[in-house]
Amino acid sequence: MTETRDHEHLHQYDPGHEHPLQADQDDSITYFKAMEAAVRNLLIEKKLITAEQIREKIEQMDARVPANGAKIIAKSWVDLEFKRKLLANPRKAIGEFGHDIGPLHLIVLENTEKVHNVVVCTLCSCYPRWILGLPPDWYKSREYRSRVVREPREVLQEFGTNISLDREVRVHDSTADMRYLVLPMRPKGSEGMTEDELVPLIGRDAMIGVTEVTV
Amino acid sequence: MPQFTVGEKVRVLSQWPPSPPIHCRTPYYIRGCPGVIERYCGDFANPEELAFGRVDPINLSLYRVRFKQLDLWKSYQGGISDMIDIEIYENWLEKI
Amino acid sequence: MERDFTARGNHDMGGLTAGEINKKEHDYALWEKRVDAIMVLLTNDLKIMTVDQLRKGIEALPPDAYDKMTYYERWISSITNGLVEAGVISPEELRSRMSKMSSEYIQEEES
Repeated sequence: MTETRDHEHLHQYDPGHEHPLQADQDDSITYFKAMEAAVRNLLIEKKLITAEQIREKIEQMDARVPANGAKIIAKSWVDLEFKRKLLANPRKAIGEFGHDIGPLHLIVLENTEKVHNVVVCTLCSCYPRWILGLPPDWYKSREYRSRVVREPREVLQEFGTNISLDREVRVHDSTADMRYLVLPMRPKGSEGMTEDELVPLIGRDAMIGVTEVTV
Repeated sequence: MPQFTVGEKVRVLSQWPPSPPIHCRTPYYIRGCPGVIERYCGDFANPEELAFGRVDPINLSLYRVRFKQLDLWKSYQGGISDMIDIEIYENWLEKI
Repeated sequence: MERDFTARGNHDMGGLTAGEINKKEHDYALWEKRVDAIMVLLTNDLKIMTVDQLRKGIEALPPDAYDKMTYYERWISSITNGLVEAGVISPEELRSRMSKMSSEYIQEEES
Protein backbone atom coordinates (compact mmCIF):
# COMPACT_ATOMS: atom_id res chain seq x y z
CA MET A 1 0.00 0.00 0.00
CA THR A 2 1.56 3.24 -1.09
CA GLU A 3 -0.94 5.63 0.44
CA THR A 4 0.72 7.96 2.90
CA ARG A 5 -0.49 7.93 6.41
CA ASP A 6 0.03 11.45 7.50
CA HIS A 7 -2.48 11.40 10.24
CA GLU A 8 -0.96 14.00 12.46
CA HIS A 9 -1.19 16.72 9.81
CA LEU A 10 -4.74 17.81 9.76
CA HIS A 11 -4.61 19.76 6.51
CA GLN A 12 -4.25 16.39 4.83
CA TYR A 13 -7.09 14.88 6.80
CA ASP A 14 -9.63 14.12 4.13
CA PRO A 15 -12.91 12.78 5.48
CA GLY A 16 -14.00 11.64 2.03
CA HIS A 17 -11.13 9.22 1.74
CA GLU A 18 -10.87 8.24 5.30
CA HIS A 19 -10.02 4.70 6.31
CA PRO A 20 -12.27 3.53 9.09
CA LEU A 21 -9.21 3.04 11.27
CA GLN A 22 -6.06 5.08 11.06
CA ALA A 23 -2.71 4.43 12.63
CA ASP A 24 -1.77 6.79 15.40
CA GLN A 25 1.58 7.19 17.10
CA ASP A 26 0.98 3.92 18.84
CA ASP A 27 0.08 1.53 16.05
CA SER A 28 -1.41 -1.21 18.12
CA ILE A 29 -5.16 -1.54 17.98
CA THR A 30 -6.71 -1.38 21.38
CA TYR A 31 -10.15 -2.17 22.55
CA PHE A 32 -10.85 1.53 23.05
CA LYS A 33 -9.59 2.67 19.66
CA ALA A 34 -11.90 0.09 18.11
CA MET A 35 -14.70 1.44 20.29
CA GLU A 36 -14.08 5.02 19.15
CA ALA A 37 -13.97 3.99 15.52
CA ALA A 38 -17.11 1.89 15.82
CA VAL A 39 -19.06 4.65 17.57
CA ARG A 40 -17.87 7.29 15.13
CA ASN A 41 -18.78 5.17 12.12
CA LEU A 42 -22.19 4.27 13.50
CA LEU A 43 -22.98 7.90 14.31
CA ILE A 44 -21.95 8.97 10.81
CA GLU A 45 -24.00 6.19 9.22
CA LYS A 46 -27.02 7.19 11.25
CA LYS A 47 -26.47 10.75 10.00
CA LEU A 48 -26.15 12.19 13.48
CA ILE A 49 -22.70 13.60 12.81
CA THR A 50 -20.38 13.96 9.86
CA ALA A 51 -16.65 13.39 9.51
CA GLU A 52 -16.41 17.04 8.53
CA GLN A 53 -17.89 18.14 11.85
CA ILE A 54 -15.35 16.05 13.71
CA ARG A 55 -12.55 17.55 11.66
CA GLU A 56 -13.81 21.06 12.42
CA LYS A 57 -14.04 20.44 16.16
CA ILE A 58 -10.50 19.09 16.19
CA GLU A 59 -9.24 22.12 14.28
CA GLN A 60 -10.98 24.44 16.72
CA MET A 61 -9.53 22.52 19.64
CA ASP A 62 -6.02 22.67 18.16
CA ALA A 63 -6.29 26.44 17.80
CA ARG A 64 -6.85 26.84 21.52
CA VAL A 65 -3.43 27.13 23.06
CA PRO A 66 -1.98 28.60 26.26
CA ALA A 67 -0.54 31.53 24.26
CA ASN A 68 -4.14 32.80 23.99
CA GLY A 69 -4.21 33.15 27.74
CA ALA A 70 -0.70 34.59 27.83
CA LYS A 71 -1.74 37.47 25.55
CA ILE A 72 -4.61 38.33 27.87
CA ILE A 73 -2.32 38.28 30.91
CA ALA A 74 0.36 40.38 29.19
CA LYS A 75 -2.19 43.00 28.21
CA SER A 76 -3.52 43.19 31.75
CA TRP A 77 0.02 43.85 32.99
CA VAL A 78 0.61 46.83 30.69
CA ASP A 79 -2.93 48.22 30.54
CA LEU A 80 -4.47 48.75 33.98
CA GLU A 81 -7.83 49.73 32.54
CA PHE A 82 -7.97 46.40 30.68
CA LYS A 83 -6.99 44.59 33.86
CA ARG A 84 -9.81 46.28 35.71
CA LYS A 85 -12.26 45.23 32.99
CA LEU A 86 -10.87 41.68 32.97
CA LEU A 87 -11.39 41.24 36.68
CA ALA A 88 -14.87 42.81 36.59
CA ASN A 89 -16.25 41.10 33.49
CA PRO A 90 -13.93 38.41 32.12
CA ARG A 91 -16.28 37.27 29.36
CA LYS A 92 -16.48 40.76 27.87
CA ALA A 93 -12.77 41.52 28.25
CA ILE A 94 -11.75 38.23 26.67
CA GLY A 95 -14.27 38.87 23.91
CA GLU A 96 -12.03 41.80 22.88
CA PHE A 97 -9.49 39.18 21.81
CA GLY A 98 -12.08 37.45 19.67
CA HIS A 99 -12.46 34.51 22.04
CA ASP A 100 -15.90 33.22 22.78
CA ILE A 101 -15.80 31.36 26.07
CA GLY A 102 -19.14 29.79 25.25
CA PRO A 103 -21.37 28.61 28.06
CA LEU A 104 -18.60 29.01 30.66
CA HIS A 105 -18.51 31.48 33.43
CA LEU A 106 -14.96 32.57 33.95
CA ILE A 107 -13.44 33.89 37.14
CA VAL A 108 -10.03 35.54 36.89
CA LEU A 109 -7.98 35.08 40.05
CA GLU A 110 -5.40 37.78 40.64
CA ASN A 111 -2.21 36.77 42.41
CA THR A 112 -0.91 39.46 44.76
CA GLU A 113 1.75 39.99 47.41
CA LYS A 114 -0.83 38.66 49.87
CA VAL A 115 -2.45 35.77 47.96
CA HIS A 116 -1.29 33.02 45.62
CA ASN A 117 -4.07 31.18 43.80
CA VAL A 118 -4.03 27.62 42.44
CA VAL A 119 -6.80 25.75 40.59
CA VAL A 120 -7.91 22.11 40.53
CA CYS A 121 -10.94 20.03 39.66
CA THR A 122 -10.87 17.23 42.22
CA LEU A 123 -13.94 15.49 40.78
CA CYS A 124 -12.88 15.32 37.14
CA SER A 125 -10.91 17.79 35.01
CA CYS A 126 -12.84 21.04 34.58
CA TYR A 127 -10.50 23.57 33.01
CA PRO A 128 -10.81 26.80 30.95
CA ARG A 129 -10.29 24.79 27.76
CA TRP A 130 -12.06 27.30 25.53
CA ILE A 131 -9.14 29.67 26.16
CA LEU A 132 -6.13 27.55 27.10
CA GLY A 133 -6.91 24.37 25.16
CA LEU A 134 -6.77 20.88 26.64
CA PRO A 135 -5.38 20.47 30.16
CA PRO A 136 -2.08 18.69 30.87
CA ASP A 137 -2.15 15.06 31.96
CA TRP A 138 -0.95 15.88 35.48
CA TYR A 139 -3.91 18.21 36.07
CA LYS A 140 -6.20 15.18 35.57
CA SER A 141 -4.06 12.80 37.63
CA ARG A 142 -4.98 11.16 40.90
CA GLU A 143 -1.88 12.62 42.52
CA TYR A 144 -2.69 16.26 41.71
CA ARG A 145 -6.41 16.04 42.32
CA SER A 146 -6.01 14.28 45.66
CA ARG A 147 -3.12 16.26 47.09
CA VAL A 148 -3.40 19.90 46.02
CA VAL A 149 -6.47 20.59 48.17
CA ARG A 150 -4.85 19.11 51.25
CA GLU A 151 -1.17 19.99 50.88
CA PRO A 152 -1.03 22.75 48.26
CA ARG A 153 2.36 24.09 49.33
CA GLU A 154 4.01 20.67 48.98
CA VAL A 155 2.45 20.27 45.54
CA LEU A 156 3.63 23.74 44.51
CA GLN A 157 7.13 22.81 45.66
CA GLU A 158 7.05 19.85 43.28
CA PHE A 159 6.60 22.43 40.54
CA GLY A 160 9.49 24.46 41.91
CA THR A 161 7.26 27.07 43.51
CA ASN A 162 7.78 28.23 47.08
CA ILE A 163 5.23 30.58 48.60
CA SER A 164 6.32 32.22 51.83
CA LEU A 165 4.17 31.54 54.86
CA ASP A 166 3.14 35.17 55.14
CA ARG A 167 1.30 34.81 51.81
CA GLU A 168 -1.99 33.00 51.70
CA VAL A 169 -2.22 30.02 49.38
CA ARG A 170 -5.78 29.85 48.12
CA VAL A 171 -6.95 26.71 46.35
CA HIS A 172 -9.97 26.78 44.04
CA ASP A 173 -11.85 23.53 43.41
CA SER A 174 -13.70 23.87 40.11
CA THR A 175 -16.70 21.78 41.11
CA ALA A 176 -19.54 23.37 39.15
CA ASP A 177 -20.17 25.96 36.44
CA MET A 178 -17.28 28.34 37.03
CA ARG A 179 -13.90 28.06 35.31
CA TYR A 180 -10.76 29.74 36.49
CA LEU A 181 -7.80 31.60 35.02
CA VAL A 182 -5.01 32.70 37.34
CA LEU A 183 -3.62 36.16 36.64
CA PRO A 184 0.01 35.78 37.76
CA MET A 185 2.00 38.66 39.19
CA ARG A 186 4.21 40.54 36.79
CA PRO A 187 7.77 39.42 37.52
CA LYS A 188 10.44 41.71 38.90
CA GLY A 189 12.86 42.72 36.19
CA SER A 190 10.19 42.89 33.49
CA GLU A 191 9.43 46.55 33.98
CA GLY A 192 11.01 47.68 30.70
CA MET A 193 9.43 44.95 28.58
CA THR A 194 6.73 45.50 25.99
CA GLU A 195 3.48 43.55 25.85
CA ASP A 196 4.82 41.38 23.01
CA GLU A 197 8.01 40.67 24.94
CA LEU A 198 6.02 39.64 28.00
CA VAL A 199 3.82 37.05 26.23
CA PRO A 200 6.41 34.25 25.90
CA LEU A 201 7.24 34.49 29.61
CA ILE A 202 3.73 33.48 30.59
CA GLY A 203 3.26 29.71 30.55
CA ARG A 204 0.20 27.56 31.01
CA ASP A 205 1.31 26.38 34.43
CA ALA A 206 1.34 29.96 35.77
CA MET A 207 -2.27 30.39 34.62
CA ILE A 208 -3.24 27.22 36.51
CA GLY A 209 -1.31 28.54 39.48
CA VAL A 210 1.35 25.90 40.07
CA THR A 211 4.14 28.27 39.03
CA GLU A 212 4.89 31.97 39.09
CA VAL A 213 6.19 33.93 36.12
CA THR A 214 9.86 34.86 36.09
CA VAL A 215 11.99 36.73 33.53
CA MET B 1 -33.69 35.64 45.33
CA PRO B 2 -30.54 33.87 46.61
CA GLN B 3 -31.00 32.76 50.18
CA PHE B 4 -27.41 33.28 51.40
CA THR B 5 -25.49 36.53 51.47
CA VAL B 6 -21.80 37.22 51.08
CA GLY B 7 -20.01 36.79 54.37
CA GLU B 8 -22.69 34.57 55.85
CA LYS B 9 -21.51 31.52 57.80
CA VAL B 10 -22.69 28.23 56.38
CA ARG B 11 -22.01 24.54 56.79
CA VAL B 12 -21.86 21.91 54.06
CA LEU B 13 -24.39 19.16 54.69
CA SER B 14 -23.54 15.52 55.13
CA GLN B 15 -26.44 13.91 53.36
CA TRP B 16 -27.65 11.68 50.57
CA PRO B 17 -26.42 11.20 47.89
CA PRO B 18 -22.95 10.19 48.91
CA SER B 19 -21.89 9.39 45.37
CA PRO B 20 -22.40 6.80 42.61
CA PRO B 21 -24.80 5.69 41.30
CA ILE B 22 -26.08 9.20 41.95
CA HIS B 23 -24.14 12.16 40.51
CA CYS B 24 -23.13 14.89 42.89
CA ARG B 25 -20.77 17.85 42.65
CA THR B 26 -20.20 18.41 46.37
CA PRO B 27 -16.84 16.77 47.10
CA TYR B 28 -16.65 14.26 49.91
CA TYR B 29 -13.83 16.06 51.73
CA ILE B 30 -15.86 19.21 52.41
CA ARG B 31 -18.96 17.64 53.88
CA GLY B 32 -19.82 18.78 57.36
CA CYS B 33 -17.30 21.62 57.20
CA PRO B 34 -18.13 25.21 58.17
CA GLY B 35 -17.28 28.08 55.83
CA VAL B 36 -18.27 31.54 54.68
CA ILE B 37 -20.11 32.62 51.50
CA GLU B 38 -17.51 34.20 49.24
CA ARG B 39 -19.91 35.06 46.39
CA TYR B 40 -23.15 34.18 44.71
CA CYS B 41 -22.36 32.82 41.26
CA GLY B 42 -25.83 32.76 39.73
CA ASP B 43 -28.53 30.16 39.17
CA PHE B 44 -27.79 27.01 37.23
CA ALA B 45 -29.45 23.74 36.32
CA ASN B 46 -29.00 21.14 39.02
CA PRO B 47 -26.29 18.67 37.90
CA GLU B 48 -27.90 15.95 40.02
CA GLU B 49 -30.89 16.14 37.66
CA LEU B 50 -28.93 16.79 34.46
CA ALA B 51 -27.04 13.58 35.10
CA PHE B 52 -30.26 11.68 34.54
CA GLY B 53 -30.96 13.47 31.30
CA ARG B 54 -33.53 15.84 32.74
CA VAL B 55 -32.68 18.80 30.58
CA ASP B 56 -34.98 21.38 32.06
CA PRO B 57 -34.69 21.00 35.81
CA ILE B 58 -35.28 23.70 38.34
CA ASN B 59 -32.32 26.01 38.70
CA LEU B 60 -30.41 26.17 41.94
CA SER B 61 -28.36 29.02 43.32
CA LEU B 62 -24.64 28.33 43.16
CA TYR B 63 -22.22 29.86 45.66
CA ARG B 64 -18.49 29.91 46.16
CA VAL B 65 -17.83 29.09 49.79
CA ARG B 66 -14.53 29.80 51.48
CA PHE B 67 -13.07 27.42 54.04
CA LYS B 68 -10.01 27.67 56.27
CA GLN B 69 -7.59 24.86 55.55
CA LEU B 70 -6.91 24.60 59.27
CA ASP B 71 -10.62 23.86 59.85
CA LEU B 72 -10.65 21.24 57.12
CA TRP B 73 -7.56 19.12 57.73
CA LYS B 74 -6.48 17.94 61.17
CA SER B 75 -2.79 18.09 60.41
CA TYR B 76 -2.61 20.93 57.90
CA GLN B 77 1.00 21.94 57.40
CA GLY B 78 0.66 25.16 55.46
CA GLY B 79 0.03 28.80 56.31
CA ILE B 80 -2.47 29.70 59.02
CA SER B 81 -4.35 31.96 56.60
CA ASP B 82 -4.51 29.41 53.76
CA MET B 83 -7.98 29.01 52.29
CA ILE B 84 -9.89 26.84 49.85
CA ASP B 85 -12.80 28.13 47.76
CA ILE B 86 -15.32 25.62 46.43
CA GLU B 87 -18.46 26.04 44.32
CA ILE B 88 -21.42 24.55 46.17
CA TYR B 89 -25.11 24.50 45.31
CA GLU B 90 -27.59 25.91 47.79
CA ASN B 91 -29.21 22.53 48.46
CA TRP B 92 -25.96 21.40 50.12
CA LEU B 93 -25.67 24.37 52.51
CA GLU B 94 -27.27 25.32 55.78
CA LYS B 95 -26.96 28.46 57.89
CA ILE B 96 -24.85 28.11 60.99
CA MET C 1 -22.56 12.69 62.13
CA GLU C 2 -19.91 10.06 61.70
CA ARG C 3 -18.56 9.75 58.20
CA ASP C 4 -18.85 6.50 56.34
CA PHE C 5 -15.80 6.38 54.08
CA THR C 6 -17.15 3.52 52.06
CA ALA C 7 -19.59 5.97 50.55
CA ARG C 8 -16.92 8.08 48.84
CA GLY C 9 -16.93 7.63 45.07
CA ASN C 10 -13.66 6.53 43.51
CA HIS C 11 -13.52 9.70 41.42
CA ASP C 12 -14.10 11.90 44.49
CA MET C 13 -10.49 11.87 45.54
CA GLY C 14 -9.83 15.31 47.04
CA GLY C 15 -7.85 14.99 50.26
CA LEU C 16 -6.73 11.39 49.84
CA THR C 17 -3.07 10.45 50.17
CA ALA C 18 -1.23 10.00 46.89
CA GLY C 19 2.30 9.96 45.52
CA GLU C 20 4.49 12.31 43.55
CA ILE C 21 2.94 14.06 40.56
CA ASN C 22 4.16 12.75 37.22
CA LYS C 23 4.63 15.83 35.05
CA LYS C 24 5.32 13.95 31.83
CA GLU C 25 2.82 15.00 29.15
CA HIS C 26 1.77 13.10 26.06
CA ASP C 27 0.71 14.50 22.72
CA TYR C 28 -2.94 13.79 22.22
CA ALA C 29 -3.41 11.00 19.69
CA LEU C 30 -5.89 11.53 16.88
CA TRP C 31 -8.33 8.99 18.31
CA GLU C 32 -8.33 10.90 21.60
CA LYS C 33 -9.08 14.19 19.88
CA ARG C 34 -11.91 12.44 18.07
CA VAL C 35 -13.37 11.28 21.37
CA ASP C 36 -13.30 14.87 22.58
CA ALA C 37 -14.90 16.07 19.34
CA ILE C 38 -17.65 13.45 19.56
CA MET C 39 -18.29 14.43 23.17
CA VAL C 40 -18.71 18.10 22.24
CA LEU C 41 -20.94 17.27 19.26
CA LEU C 42 -23.23 15.01 21.29
CA THR C 43 -23.58 17.30 24.30
CA ASN C 44 -23.17 20.80 22.95
CA ASP C 45 -24.37 20.64 19.34
CA LEU C 46 -26.85 17.77 19.18
CA LYS C 47 -27.79 17.81 22.86
CA ILE C 48 -28.52 14.07 22.76
CA MET C 49 -27.00 13.77 26.22
CA THR C 50 -25.59 16.05 28.89
CA VAL C 51 -21.98 16.32 30.05
CA ASP C 52 -23.33 15.47 33.50
CA GLN C 53 -24.64 12.14 32.21
CA LEU C 54 -21.24 11.38 30.78
CA ARG C 55 -19.50 12.32 34.02
CA LYS C 56 -21.91 10.09 35.90
CA GLY C 57 -21.03 7.24 33.55
CA ILE C 58 -17.34 7.72 34.28
CA GLU C 59 -17.98 7.88 38.01
CA ALA C 60 -19.81 4.56 37.74
CA LEU C 61 -16.75 2.75 36.41
CA PRO C 62 -15.40 0.14 38.83
CA PRO C 63 -12.48 1.58 40.86
CA ASP C 64 -9.91 -0.71 39.22
CA ALA C 65 -11.10 0.21 35.75
CA TYR C 66 -11.18 3.93 36.54
CA ASP C 67 -7.61 3.94 37.80
CA LYS C 68 -6.16 1.77 35.03
CA MET C 69 -7.93 3.43 32.12
CA THR C 70 -6.58 6.58 30.56
CA TYR C 71 -8.60 9.77 30.48
CA TYR C 72 -10.01 9.33 26.97
CA GLU C 73 -10.58 5.60 27.49
CA ARG C 74 -12.90 6.59 30.32
CA TRP C 75 -14.66 9.15 28.15
CA ILE C 76 -15.24 6.85 25.18
CA SER C 77 -16.57 4.16 27.54
CA SER C 78 -19.03 6.59 29.02
CA ILE C 79 -20.06 8.00 25.63
CA THR C 80 -20.63 4.50 24.28
CA ASN C 81 -22.65 3.41 27.29
CA GLY C 82 -24.64 6.62 27.09
CA LEU C 83 -25.47 6.06 23.44
CA VAL C 84 -26.59 2.52 24.12
CA GLU C 85 -28.67 3.69 27.06
CA ALA C 86 -30.26 6.38 24.92
CA GLY C 87 -31.13 3.79 22.30
CA VAL C 88 -29.04 5.52 19.64
CA ILE C 89 -26.97 2.39 19.05
CA SER C 90 -27.74 -1.19 20.01
CA PRO C 91 -25.35 -3.53 21.82
CA GLU C 92 -25.34 -5.85 18.80
CA GLU C 93 -24.51 -3.05 16.36
CA LEU C 94 -21.68 -2.03 18.61
CA ARG C 95 -20.31 -5.55 19.02
CA SER C 96 -20.33 -6.29 15.34
CA ARG C 97 -18.87 -2.90 14.38
CA MET C 98 -16.08 -3.14 16.95
CA SER C 99 -15.18 -6.57 15.69
CA LYS C 100 -15.15 -5.30 12.09
CA MET C 101 -12.92 -2.36 13.07
CA SER C 102 -10.41 -4.64 14.74
CA SER C 103 -10.17 -7.05 11.84
CA GLU C 104 -9.93 -4.26 9.26
CA TYR C 105 -7.07 -2.81 11.23
CA ILE C 106 -5.25 -6.10 11.26
CA GLN C 107 -5.73 -6.40 7.48
CA GLU C 108 -4.20 -2.95 6.96
CA GLU C 109 -1.24 -3.87 9.13
CA GLU C 110 -0.57 -6.96 7.04
CA SER C 111 -0.89 -5.29 3.65
